[in-house]
Amino acid sequence: MVRAHILICGGTGCTSSRSMVIAEKLNEELKARELENEIKVVTTGCFGLCALGPIMIVYPDGTFYSRVTEDDVQEIVEEHLIKGRVVQRLVYDDSGIENVKANSLAETGFYRKQKRVALRNCGVINPEEIDEYIAMDGYQALGKVLTEMTPDQVIQEILDSGLRGRGGGGFPTGRKWDFAAKVQSDKKYVVCNADEGDPGAFMDRSVLEGDPHAVLEAMAIAGYAIGADEGYIYVRAEYPIAIKRLQVAINQAREYGLLGKNIFDTGFNFDIQLRFGAGAFVCGEETALLTSIEGKRGEPRPRPPFPAVKGLFGQPTIINNVETLANIPQIILKGASWFTTMGTEKSKGTKVFALGGKIEHTGLVEIPMGTTLREIVFEIGGGIPGGKKFKAAQTGGPSGGCIPAQHLDTPIDYDSLIAIGSMMGSGGLIVMDEDNCMVDIAKFFLEFTVDESCGKCTPCRVGTRRMLEILNRITEGKGEDGDIEKLEELAYNIKSTALCGLGQTAPNPVLSTLRYFRDEYEAHIYEKRCPAGQCKALAKIVIEADKCKGCSLCSRICPVGAISGEIKKPFVIDQAKCIKCQACMEKCKFGAIVKK
Amino acid sequence: MKSLAELAAIRDKMKDKVALREGVNTTRIVVGMATCGIAAGARPVLNAFVEAVNEAGLAENVTVTQTGCIGLCQYEPIVEIYTPKSEKVTYVKMTPDKVKKVVEEHIKGGNIVTEYTIGNE
Repeated sequence: MVRAHILICGGTGCTSSRSMVIAEKLNEELKARELENEIKVVTTGCFGLCALGPIMIVYPDGTFYSRVTEDDVQEIVEEHLIKGRVVQRLVYDDSGIENVKANSLAETGFYRKQKRVALRNCGVINPEEIDEYIAMDGYQALGKVLTEMTPDQVIQEILDSGLRGRGGGGFPTGRKWDFAAKVQSDKKYVVCNADEGDPGAFMDRSVLEGDPHAVLEAMAIAGYAIGADEGYIYVRAEYPIAIKRLQVAINQAREYGLLGKNIFDTGFNFDIQLRFGAGAFVCGEETALLTSIEGKRGEPRPRPPFPAVKGLFGQPTIINNVETLANIPQIILKGASWFTTMGTEKSKGTKVFALGGKIEHTGLVEIPMGTTLREIVFEIGGGIPGGKKFKAAQTGGPSGGCIPAQHLDTPIDYDSLIAIGSMMGSGGLIVMDEDNCMVDIAKFFLEFTVDESCGKCTPCRVGTRRMLEILNRITEGKGEDGDIEKLEELAYNIKSTALCGLGQTAPNPVLSTLRYFRDEYEAHIYEKRCPAGQCKALAKIVIEADKCKGCSLCSRICPVGAISGEIKKPFVIDQAKCIKCQACMEKCKFGAIVKK
Repeated sequence: MKSLAELAAIRDKMKDKVALREGVNTTRIVVGMATCGIAAGARPVLNAFVEAVNEAGLAENVTVTQTGCIGLCQYEPIVEIYTPKSEKVTYVKMTPDKVKKVVEEHIKGGNIVTEYTIGNE
């Protein structure tokens, strides 16, 4: 009889910090002590607290261990599992603010404000066991729609729930389904967009890795609602764990008859196939994605016709994002009225954010819409490391924008983010502190879009490249009067003329940083100075004479011989020779060398 | 699978197995598992509790877990039972044979098995 479960995160983050090796070792240790029938080791999806991985939770007591290593396994088995003594040194220490060790997950600052809907099974069930999903009411929603509801009722329920697309656009999901349902056709398709490409966003991967059946179930429900019998999941090939678990899940669902012909004896047929993306960002754009599934080069095409009318292989098609789909079964089971209790007036439910950048708890969080940025960054995310000051948060990836400190208290939803010049996007949230240069950030995202532009339309192919060239000049100290105006003109032209969403939103990082941090651009251009000290070409490395002891260490380290002086007297850096490598700064024992 | 009934059957069968992970159960059976407890035979007692709780179909509401030394080594194996409404009950010198009675009468029936409690020693 099993008396304890040890849950180990098998998400990509923890797997790369060797969680699977730990699981193996744990099984060995348990076997050696003949505990294998009493204690079960369960590999789950992502818990969200990736910064602290590998993560392990021991039930029934719910002890939360973080940063576990192979060497800790023996101690955990001997102390915790045999004697019932929690290994305190491995227990997750809650942010240091409260100075208490949280023994269970729900008590931690990281989880307290979260509301897990799309991620509800991630870190709870073994994603490769369909029975565990069923234990969590899995496939009940599919059973309910097939036996108790008409397709119209299903669509009405989704419309009433107010669910909007979580992939970025925020289009009402129910309306999408309604369009496709109303088109007459013998053949329709349901497509799941799992080509998650925004830098820093990984919520879709987590859902696929932690709860793949939820996506399959939702796709079957969507198929019933619009009258489709075939589905495709377009998942990027860079997600090997997600692909493997999806394939396992599809096979198990077929074996149980939850996919295939005559599901629940109702005459409804639905099956799902996987298609792998080859790493092009543009294939996350829905028309490019469909073109890619058809076996052609992934390029977008103009809309209309919208996919709901003419999509995959010319047939009516709905495309939903992974996180959107993960909400569907629960809306069906608990009702639209339950879903609408969460969120704001026009953005219902929850949203998953991937926290990254200058933040303590890098990881995944799911919060009700309307939570403020301050709560996300400082309460859930644990604040900025090293006591630095918050400068801005970037949301929406390369299509989004930066939110400065004065908007920290804005309740986050689709519309409020657009109002302050950013967007929800797929939910990447990158935090920046005082050391980040905003011109450099804009450049980073623009580099990404320039790389990923498919080249089909001129504004995106050529326009973004011209913008990047200007930004490069500015950060190299060669900015000229009029550069800002040129950037703005280009940005508005690209926005209004690019073919697809990728191009239309590509200038957003530049526009939003210009809106809030114009002074930084101006400092780069007119004063040849980078206020954050990030732009190497503009930084000036100097020796502070009063701190310099004249030890000559720096002059021996300098690779270009730019430092000279007399022993026991202050040394000086020849700015004309200095290449700003900062090697001298790192080596100076007296902190006499600073960047200005 | 051809019916909702089959789906429900799997769910019910599995529910107990994952209930362990909810961690919000109301009743807790805590077995002292320090060196003294183990030496006195706490392990078979712990296993007997897990088995009896599952057999009685109580897994969803009852958690069986271990703790360290309670400090009364001469009375080991010691088992403490926490229920939401009443005070903590401490059973001493437990054996697997006594377990069934405790689960039946105390956990299920709500009547403390006084003859096994510490007050009776």
